Amino acid sequence: MKDWPLYEVFIRSKNGLNHKHVGSLHAADPQMAIQNARDVYTRRNEGVSIWVVEANHITSSNPDDAEALYDPAMDKIYRHPTFYELPDALKHM
Amino acid sequence: MSTHSLEDRFQSRVDNEEKIEPRDWMPDAYRKTLVRQISQHAHSEIVGMLPEGNWITRAPSLKRKLALLAKIQDEAGHGLYLYSAAETLGVSRDEMLDQLHTGKAKYSSIFNYPTLTWADIGAIGWLVDGAAIMNQVPLCRASYGPYARAMVRVCKEESFHQRQGYDILLTMCQGSEEQKEMVQDAVNRWWWPSLMMFGPNDDASPNSAQSLKWKIKRFSNDELRQKFVDATVPQAEILGIQLPDPLLQYNEARGHYDFGPIDWEEFFQVVAGNGPCNKERLAARVKAHEEGAWVREAATAYAEKQKNKVVSSASVA
Repeated sequence: MKDWPLYEVFIRSKNGLNHKHVGSLHAADPQMAIQNARDVYTRRNEGVSIWVVEANHITSSNPDDAEALYDPAMDKIYRHPTFYELPDALKHM
Repeated sequence: MSTHSLEDRFQSRVDNEEKIEPRDWMPDAYRKTLVRQISQHAHSEIVGMLPEGNWITRAPSLKRKLALLAKIQDEAGHGLYLYSAAETLGVSRDEMLDQLHTGKAKYSSIFNYPTLTWADIGAIGWLVDGAAIMNQVPLCRASYGPYARAMVRVCKEESFHQRQGYDILLTMCQGSEEQKEMVQDAVNRWWWPSLMMFGPNDDASPNSAQSLKWKIKRFSNDELRQKFVDATVPQAEILGIQLPDPLLQYNEARGHYDFGPIDWEEFFQVVAGNGPCNKERLAARVKAHEEGAWVREAATAYAEKQKNKVVSSASVA
Protein backbone atom coordinates (compact mmCIF):
# COMPACT_ATOMS: atom_id res chain seq x y z
CA MET A 1 0.00 0.00 0.00
CA LYS A 2 3.10 2.18 0.05
CA ASP A 3 2.27 3.96 -3.20
CA TRP A 4 -1.46 4.30 -2.69
CA PRO A 5 -2.36 7.90 -1.90
CA LEU A 6 -4.82 8.90 0.80
CA TYR A 7 -8.18 10.16 -0.46
CA GLU A 8 -10.62 12.24 1.57
CA VAL A 9 -14.22 11.19 1.01
CA PHE A 10 -17.22 13.53 0.80
CA ILE A 11 -20.81 12.26 0.63
CA ARG A 12 -24.00 14.04 -0.38
CA SER A 13 -26.64 12.38 1.79
CA LYS A 14 -29.49 13.55 -0.44
CA ASN A 15 -30.04 16.01 -3.24
CA GLY A 16 -30.34 19.53 -1.95
CA LEU A 17 -27.62 19.08 0.67
CA ASN A 18 -23.88 19.74 0.45
CA HIS A 19 -21.31 17.01 0.16
CA LYS A 20 -19.90 16.50 3.63
CA HIS A 21 -16.57 15.05 4.72
CA VAL A 22 -17.07 11.54 6.13
CA GLY A 23 -13.58 10.03 6.32
CA SER A 24 -10.67 8.85 4.25
CA LEU A 25 -9.20 5.81 2.58
CA HIS A 26 -6.23 4.68 0.49
CA ALA A 27 -6.69 3.73 -3.16
CA ALA A 28 -4.54 3.21 -6.23
CA ASP A 29 -6.54 5.69 -8.31
CA PRO A 30 -9.64 7.91 -8.05
CA GLN A 31 -11.98 5.27 -9.54
CA MET A 32 -10.91 2.75 -6.94
CA ALA A 33 -11.33 5.42 -4.26
CA ILE A 34 -14.94 5.95 -5.39
CA GLN A 35 -15.64 2.21 -5.41
CA ASN A 36 -14.14 1.71 -1.96
CA ALA A 37 -15.92 4.77 -0.61
CA ARG A 38 -19.18 3.34 -1.89
CA ASP A 39 -18.47 0.03 -0.12
CA VAL A 40 -17.31 1.58 3.14
CA TYR A 41 -19.33 4.75 3.58
CA THR A 42 -22.69 4.12 1.89
CA ARG A 43 -23.71 0.64 3.04
CA ARG A 44 -26.81 1.95 4.79
CA ASN A 45 -28.25 4.50 2.36
CA GLU A 46 -25.96 7.27 3.62
CA GLY A 47 -25.52 8.88 0.25
CA VAL A 48 -26.54 9.63 -3.32
CA SER A 49 -23.24 11.10 -4.52
CA ILE A 50 -19.56 10.73 -3.67
CA TRP A 51 -16.59 13.05 -4.09
CA VAL A 52 -13.04 11.89 -3.49
CA VAL A 53 -10.00 14.11 -3.48
CA GLU A 54 -6.39 13.23 -2.86
CA ALA A 55 -5.56 14.44 0.63
CA ASN A 56 -2.32 16.10 -0.49
CA HIS A 57 -4.33 18.41 -2.76
CA ILE A 58 -6.02 19.98 0.25
CA THR A 59 -4.50 23.11 1.71
CA SER A 60 -5.63 23.82 5.23
CA SER A 61 -5.30 26.78 7.56
CA ASN A 62 -2.91 26.55 10.47
CA PRO A 63 -4.59 26.13 13.89
CA ASP A 64 -2.00 28.54 15.34
CA ASP A 65 -3.47 31.28 13.13
CA ALA A 66 -6.96 30.76 14.52
CA GLU A 67 -6.89 33.90 16.67
CA ALA A 68 -5.72 36.15 13.87
CA LEU A 69 -8.15 34.65 11.39
CA TYR A 70 -11.35 34.32 13.37
CA ASP A 71 -11.25 36.62 16.39
CA PRO A 72 -11.72 39.86 14.37
CA ALA A 73 -15.23 38.66 13.48
CA MET A 74 -16.18 38.70 17.16
CA ASP A 75 -16.27 42.51 17.51
CA LYS A 76 -18.19 43.10 14.30
CA ILE A 77 -21.59 42.80 15.83
CA TYR A 78 -22.97 45.24 13.27
CA ARG A 79 -22.84 42.34 10.78
CA HIS A 80 -25.77 40.77 12.58
CA PRO A 81 -29.38 41.93 12.22
CA THR A 82 -29.86 41.99 16.01
CA PHE A 83 -27.43 44.97 16.19
CA TYR A 84 -30.08 47.28 14.74
CA GLU A 85 -32.85 48.51 16.93
CA LEU A 86 -36.16 48.98 15.22
CA PRO A 87 -39.20 50.94 16.42
CA ASP A 88 -41.85 48.78 18.10
CA ALA A 89 -44.37 50.00 15.59
CA LEU A 90 -42.51 48.15 12.85
CA LYS A 91 -43.99 44.66 12.67
CA HIS A 92 -42.01 42.99 9.90
CA MET A 93 -38.54 43.51 8.46
CA MET B 1 5.76 29.21 24.91
CA SER B 2 7.17 26.64 27.32
CA THR B 3 6.07 23.01 27.09
CA HIS B 4 4.60 23.35 30.54
CA SER B 5 2.19 26.12 29.62
CA LEU B 6 1.34 24.37 26.34
CA GLU B 7 0.36 21.32 28.37
CA ASP B 8 -1.71 23.45 30.72
CA ARG B 9 -3.52 25.02 27.82
CA PHE B 10 -4.08 21.61 26.24
CA GLN B 11 -5.50 20.22 29.47
CA SER B 12 -7.83 23.16 29.94
CA ARG B 13 -9.15 22.70 26.41
CA VAL B 14 -9.82 19.04 27.23
CA ASP B 15 -11.42 20.01 30.54
CA ASN B 16 -13.74 22.35 28.63
CA GLU B 17 -14.80 19.45 26.38
CA GLU B 18 -13.19 21.03 23.32
CA LYS B 19 -12.19 18.41 20.74
CA ILE B 20 -8.54 18.10 19.80
CA GLU B 21 -7.99 17.97 16.03
CA PRO B 22 -5.01 16.51 14.11
CA ARG B 23 -3.02 19.70 13.63
CA ASP B 24 -3.54 21.03 17.16
CA TRP B 25 -0.68 20.90 19.63
CA MET B 26 -0.86 17.84 21.88
CA PRO B 27 1.50 16.22 24.39
CA ASP B 28 3.65 13.44 22.93
CA ALA B 29 2.31 10.98 25.45
CA TYR B 30 -1.29 11.79 24.42
CA ARG B 31 -0.38 11.14 20.79
CA LYS B 32 1.38 7.88 21.65
CA THR B 33 -1.47 6.66 23.83
CA LEU B 34 -3.96 7.35 21.05
CA VAL B 35 -1.85 5.70 18.35
CA ARG B 36 -1.51 2.60 20.53
CA GLN B 37 -5.17 2.47 21.50
CA ILE B 38 -6.66 3.28 18.08
CA SER B 39 -4.35 0.95 16.16
CA GLN B 40 -5.00 -1.90 18.63
CA HIS B 41 -8.68 -1.24 18.17
CA ALA B 42 -8.31 -1.33 14.37
CA HIS B 43 -6.32 -4.56 14.53
CA SER B 44 -9.06 -6.07 16.72
CA GLU B 45 -11.69 -5.29 14.11
CA ILE B 46 -9.60 -6.91 11.39
CA VAL B 47 -8.57 -10.00 13.36
CA GLY B 48 -12.13 -10.19 14.69
CA MET B 49 -13.34 -11.13 11.23
CA LEU B 50 -11.44 -14.43 11.38
CA PRO B 51 -13.35 -16.40 14.05
CA GLU B 52 -16.64 -15.50 12.35
CA GLY B 53 -15.39 -16.02 8.81
CA ASN B 54 -14.93 -19.62 9.90
CA TRP B 55 -18.74 -20.05 9.80
CA ILE B 56 -19.80 -18.18 6.64
CA THR B 57 -19.90 -21.30 4.47
CA ARG B 58 -21.65 -23.28 7.19
CA ALA B 59 -24.35 -20.79 8.23
CA PRO B 60 -27.61 -22.74 8.66
CA SER B 61 -29.71 -20.63 6.27
CA LEU B 62 -29.35 -18.00 3.57
CA LYS B 63 -30.75 -15.35 5.92
CA ARG B 64 -28.13 -16.15 8.57
CA LYS B 65 -25.39 -16.21 5.96
CA LEU B 66 -26.34 -12.79 4.58
CA ALA B 67 -26.46 -11.27 8.07
CA LEU B 68 -23.12 -12.78 9.04
CA LEU B 69 -21.50 -11.58 5.81
CA ALA B 70 -22.87 -8.09 6.40
CA LYS B 71 -21.55 -8.07 9.98
CA ILE B 72 -18.09 -9.19 8.90
CA GLN B 73 -18.04 -6.58 6.13
CA ASP B 74 -18.91 -3.95 8.73
CA GLU B 75 -15.94 -5.04 10.79
CA ALA B 76 -13.60 -4.52 7.82
CA GLY B 77 -15.11 -1.03 7.54
CA HIS B 78 -14.59 -0.39 11.25
CA GLY B 79 -10.97 -1.37 10.89
CA LEU B 80 -10.64 1.13 8.07
CA TYR B 81 -12.27 4.02 9.99
CA LEU B 82 -9.92 3.38 12.89
CA TYR B 83 -6.75 3.00 10.81
CA SER B 84 -7.66 6.30 9.13
CA ALA B 85 -8.14 7.98 12.52
CA ALA B 86 -4.73 6.69 13.69
CA GLU B 87 -3.10 7.92 10.48
CA THR B 88 -4.12 11.49 11.33
CA LEU B 89 -1.67 11.20 14.25
CA GLY B 90 1.29 10.68 11.91
CA VAL B 91 1.61 6.89 11.85
CA SER B 92 1.37 5.23 8.42
CA ARG B 93 -0.93 2.36 7.48
CA ASP B 94 2.09 0.26 6.54
CA GLU B 95 3.72 0.80 9.92
CA MET B 96 0.56 -0.31 11.69
CA LEU B 97 0.08 -3.39 9.52
CA ASP B 98 3.72 -4.25 10.01
CA GLN B 99 3.35 -4.00 13.78
CA LEU B 100 0.35 -6.34 13.64
CA HIS B 101 2.01 -8.87 11.35
CA THR B 102 5.25 -9.00 13.33
CA GLY B 103 3.36 -9.46 16.58
CA LYS B 104 4.57 -6.14 18.01
CA ALA B 105 1.05 -4.72 18.24
CA LYS B 106 -1.71 -6.32 20.29
CA TYR B 107 -5.33 -6.89 19.40
CA SER B 108 -8.21 -7.84 21.68
CA SER B 109 -7.37 -11.22 23.17
CA ILE B 110 -10.98 -12.38 22.83
CA PHE B 111 -10.30 -13.25 19.19
CA ASN B 112 -7.77 -15.88 20.20
CA TYR B 113 -10.57 -18.23 21.23
CA PRO B 114 -12.01 -20.75 18.73
CA THR B 115 -15.55 -20.81 17.27
CA LEU B 116 -16.48 -24.47 17.67
CA THR B 117 -20.20 -24.49 16.84
CA TRP B 118 -22.80 -22.25 15.20
CA ALA B 119 -23.90 -21.17 18.69
CA ASP B 120 -20.47 -19.54 19.06
CA ILE B 121 -21.46 -17.07 16.33
CA GLY B 122 -24.52 -16.19 18.37
CA ALA B 123 -22.50 -15.92 21.58
CA ILE B 124 -19.92 -13.67 19.92
CA GLY B 125 -22.60 -11.30 18.64
CA TRP B 126 -24.40 -11.20 21.97
CA LEU B 127 -21.50 -11.15 24.44
CA VAL B 128 -18.41 -10.02 22.55
CA ASP B 129 -20.15 -7.33 20.53
CA GLY B 130 -22.20 -6.46 23.61
CA ALA B 131 -19.03 -5.88 25.62
CA ALA B 132 -17.49 -3.99 22.71
CA ILE B 133 -20.51 -1.66 22.51
CA MET B 134 -20.29 -0.99 26.25
CA ASN B 135 -16.64 0.01 25.72
CA GLN B 136 -17.24 1.93 22.52
CA VAL B 137 -20.25 4.11 23.26
CA PRO B 138 -18.28 6.35 25.69
CA LEU B 139 -15.47 6.55 23.10
CA CYS B 140 -17.84 8.52 20.85
CA ARG B 141 -17.08 11.37 23.29
CA ALA B 142 -13.31 10.86 23.29
CA SER B 143 -11.36 14.12 23.28
CA TYR B 144 -9.60 13.38 19.98
CA GLY B 145 -11.95 14.42 17.14
CA PRO B 146 -11.09 11.86 14.45
CA TYR B 147 -11.32 8.99 16.95
CA ALA B 148 -14.66 10.18 18.32
CA ARG B 149 -16.07 10.58 14.81
CA ALA B 150 -14.90 7.10 13.79
CA MET B 151 -16.52 5.67 16.91
CA VAL B 152 -19.85 7.32 16.15
CA ARG B 153 -19.92 5.46 12.84
CA VAL B 154 -18.80 2.21 14.47
CA CYS B 155 -21.44 2.38 17.20
CA LYS B 156 -24.25 3.10 14.73
CA GLU B 157 -23.39 -0.09 12.87
CA GLU B 158 -22.52 -2.23 15.87
CA SER B 159 -25.99 -2.43 17.38
CA PHE B 160 -27.22 -4.70 14.60
CA HIS B 161 -24.32 -7.03 15.37
CA GLN B 162 -25.43 -7.69 18.91
CA ARG B 163 -29.06 -8.26 17.93
CA GLN B 164 -27.95 -10.57 15.14
CA GLY B 165 -26.12 -12.72 17.70
CA TYR B 166 -28.91 -12.64 20.27
CA ASP B 167 -31.42 -13.62 17.59
CA ILE B 168 -29.34 -16.70 16.72
CA LEU B 169 -29.30 -17.77 20.37
CA LEU B 170 -32.98 -17.00 20.91
CA THR B 171 -33.89 -19.20 17.94
CA MET B 172 -31.67 -22.04 19.13
CA CYS B 173 -33.03 -21.80 22.69
CA GLN B 174 -36.52 -22.35 21.32
CA GLY B 175 -35.28 -25.38 19.37
CA SER B 176 -34.31 -28.90 20.39
CA GLU B 177 -32.64 -29.88 23.67
CA GLU B 178 -29.36 -30.36 21.79
CA GLN B 179 -29.54 -26.87 20.33
CA LYS B 180 -30.16 -25.37 23.75
CA GLU B 181 -27.21 -27.32 25.13
CA MET B 182 -25.09 -26.00 22.31
CA VAL B 183 -26.00 -22.44 23.34
CA GLN B 184 -25.22 -23.16 26.99
CA ASP B 185 -21.85 -24.63 26.03
CA ALA B 186 -20.96 -21.60 23.87
CA VAL B 187 -21.99 -19.15 26.60
CA ASN B 188 -19.98 -21.12 29.17
CA ARG B 189 -16.89 -20.66 27.01
CA TRP B 190 -17.43 -16.98 26.00
CA TRP B 191 -18.68 -15.47 29.26
CA TRP B 192 -15.41 -15.09 31.14
CA PRO B 193 -13.30 -14.00 28.15
CA SER B 194 -15.99 -11.37 27.46
CA LEU B 195 -15.61 -9.98 30.98
CA MET B 196 -11.83 -9.87 30.42
CA MET B 197 -12.36 -7.64 27.37
CA PHE B 198 -12.70 -4.63 29.69
CA GLY B 199 -9.09 -5.07 30.78
CA PRO B 200 -7.47 -5.50 34.20
CA ASN B 201 -9.12 -4.31 37.41
CA ASP B 202 -8.75 -0.60 38.09
CA ASP B 203 -6.07 -1.05 40.75
CA ALA B 204 -3.98 -3.04 38.23
CA SER B 205 -4.48 -0.62 35.32
CA PRO B 206 -1.85 2.10 35.77
CA ASN B 207 -2.58 4.05 32.56
CA SER B 208 -6.31 4.40 33.14
CA ALA B 209 -6.11 7.51 35.33
CA GLN B 210 -4.18 9.46 32.69
CA SER B 211 -6.57 8.36 29.91
CA LEU B 212 -9.50 9.49 32.05
CA LYS B 213 -7.81 12.84 32.69
CA TRP B 214 -7.27 13.29 28.95
CA LYS B 215 -10.89 12.26 28.38
CA ILE B 216 -9.89 9.47 26.02
CA LYS B 217 -11.69 7.15 28.41
CA ARG B 218 -14.84 8.21 30.25
CA PHE B 219 -15.31 5.24 32.58
CA SER B 220 -12.87 2.91 34.29
CA ASN B 221 -12.50 -0.77 33.30
CA ASP B 222 -14.39 -1.97 36.36
CA GLU B 223 -17.23 0.51 35.88
CA LEU B 224 -17.74 -0.66 32.29
CA ARG B 225 -17.51 -4.33 33.28
CA GLN B 226 -20.18 -3.79 35.93
CA LYS B 227 -22.47 -2.04 33.42
CA PHE B 228 -22.04 -4.97 31.05
CA VAL B 229 -22.87 -7.58 33.68
CA ASP B 230 -25.93 -5.60 34.82
CA ALA B 231 -27.19 -5.30 31.23
CA THR B 232 -26.47 -8.91 30.29
CA VAL B 233 -27.99 -10.91 33.19
CA PRO B 234 -31.63 -10.09 32.28
CA GLN B 235 -30.89 -10.96 28.64
CA ALA B 236 -29.57 -14.38 29.75
CA GLU B 237 -32.76 -14.94 31.76
CA ILE B 238 -34.88 -14.32 28.67
CA LEU B 239 -32.80 -16.87 26.77
CA GLY B 240 -33.29 -19.27 29.67
CA ILE B 241 -29.61 -20.11 30.04
CA GLN B 242 -27.21 -19.99 32.98
CA LEU B 243 -24.23 -17.67 33.08
CA PRO B 244 -21.33 -19.81 34.31
CA ASP B 245 -20.67 -18.02 37.61
CA PRO B 246 -22.01 -19.46 40.89
CA LEU B 247 -21.27 -16.14 42.64
CA LEU B 248 -23.38 -14.09 40.24
CA GLN B 249 -26.11 -12.51 42.36
CA TYR B 250 -28.04 -9.27 42.57
CA ASN B 251 -26.79 -7.08 45.40
CA GLU B 252 -29.72 -5.04 46.68
CA ALA B 253 -27.49 -2.65 48.65
CA ARG B 254 -25.23 -1.82 45.68
CA GLY B 255 -27.99 -1.92 43.11
CA HIS B 256 -25.71 -4.06 40.92
CA TYR B 257 -24.95 -7.71 40.26
CA ASP B 258 -22.01 -9.14 42.21
CA PHE B 259 -19.88 -11.57 40.24
CA GLY B 260 -17.02 -13.98 40.89
CA PRO B 261 -13.30 -13.30 40.49
CA ILE B 262 -11.81 -13.27 36.99
CA ASP B 263 -8.95 -15.61 36.13
CA TRP B 264 -6.38 -12.95 35.23
CA GLU B 265 -3.70 -15.58 34.81
CA GLU B 266 -5.63 -16.86 31.78
CA PHE B 267 -6.00 -13.30 30.45
CA PHE B 268 -2.28 -12.53 30.68
CA GLN B 269 -1.41 -15.90 29.11
CA VAL B 270 -3.62 -15.14 26.10
CA VAL B 271 -2.26 -11.59 25.82
CA ALA B 272 1.26 -13.03 25.93
CA GLY B 273 0.47 -15.16 22.87
CA ASN B 274 -0.45 -18.45 24.54
CA GLY B 275 -4.19 -18.51 23.84
CA PRO B 276 -5.79 -21.36 21.88
CA CYS B 277 -5.66 -19.55 18.49
CA ASN B 278 -3.02 -16.77 18.70
CA LYS B 279 -0.68 -18.38 16.17
CA GLU B 280 -3.47 -19.38 13.81
CA ARG B 281 -4.97 -15.86 13.77
CA LEU B 282 -1.68 -14.12 13.10
CA ALA B 283 -0.71 -16.66 10.45
CA ALA B 284 -4.06 -16.13 8.68
CA ARG B 285 -3.53 -12.35 8.67
CA VAL B 286 0.01 -12.59 7.34
CA LYS B 287 -1.04 -15.10 4.67
CA ALA B 288 -3.89 -12.87 3.49
CA HIS B 289 -1.58 -9.87 3.35
CA GLU B 290 1.17 -11.66 1.46
CA GLU B 291 -1.15 -13.41 -0.96
CA GLY B 292 -2.87 -10.10 -1.67
CA ALA B 293 0.40 -8.39 -2.59
CA TRP B 294 0.03 -9.07 -6.31
CA VAL B 295 -3.43 -7.48 -6.32
CA ARG B 296 -2.06 -4.31 -4.74
CA GLU B 297 0.83 -4.25 -7.19
CA ALA B 298 -1.49 -4.79 -10.16
CA ALA B 299 -3.76 -1.96 -9.02
CA THR B 300 -0.77 0.35 -8.68
CA ALA B 301 0.51 -0.62 -12.15
CA TYR B 302 -2.95 -0.08 -13.65
CA ALA B 303 -3.28 3.36 -12.04
CA GLU B 304 0.17 4.28 -13.34
CA LYS B 305 -0.77 3.17 -16.86
CA GLN B 306 -4.04 5.13 -16.82
CA LYS B 307 -2.20 8.24 -15.67
CA ASN B 308 0.31 7.95 -18.51
CA LYS B 309 -2.52 7.46 -21.01
CA VAL B 310 -4.13 10.71 -19.88
CA VAL B 311 -0.81 12.52 -20.17
CA SER B 312 -0.05 11.20 -23.68
CA SER B 313 -3.54 11.90 -25.04
CA ALA B 314 -3.32 15.37 -23.56
CA SER B 315 -0.01 15.97 -25.32
CA VAL B 316 -1.52 14.87 -28.66
CA ALA B 317 -4.33 17.36 -28.22
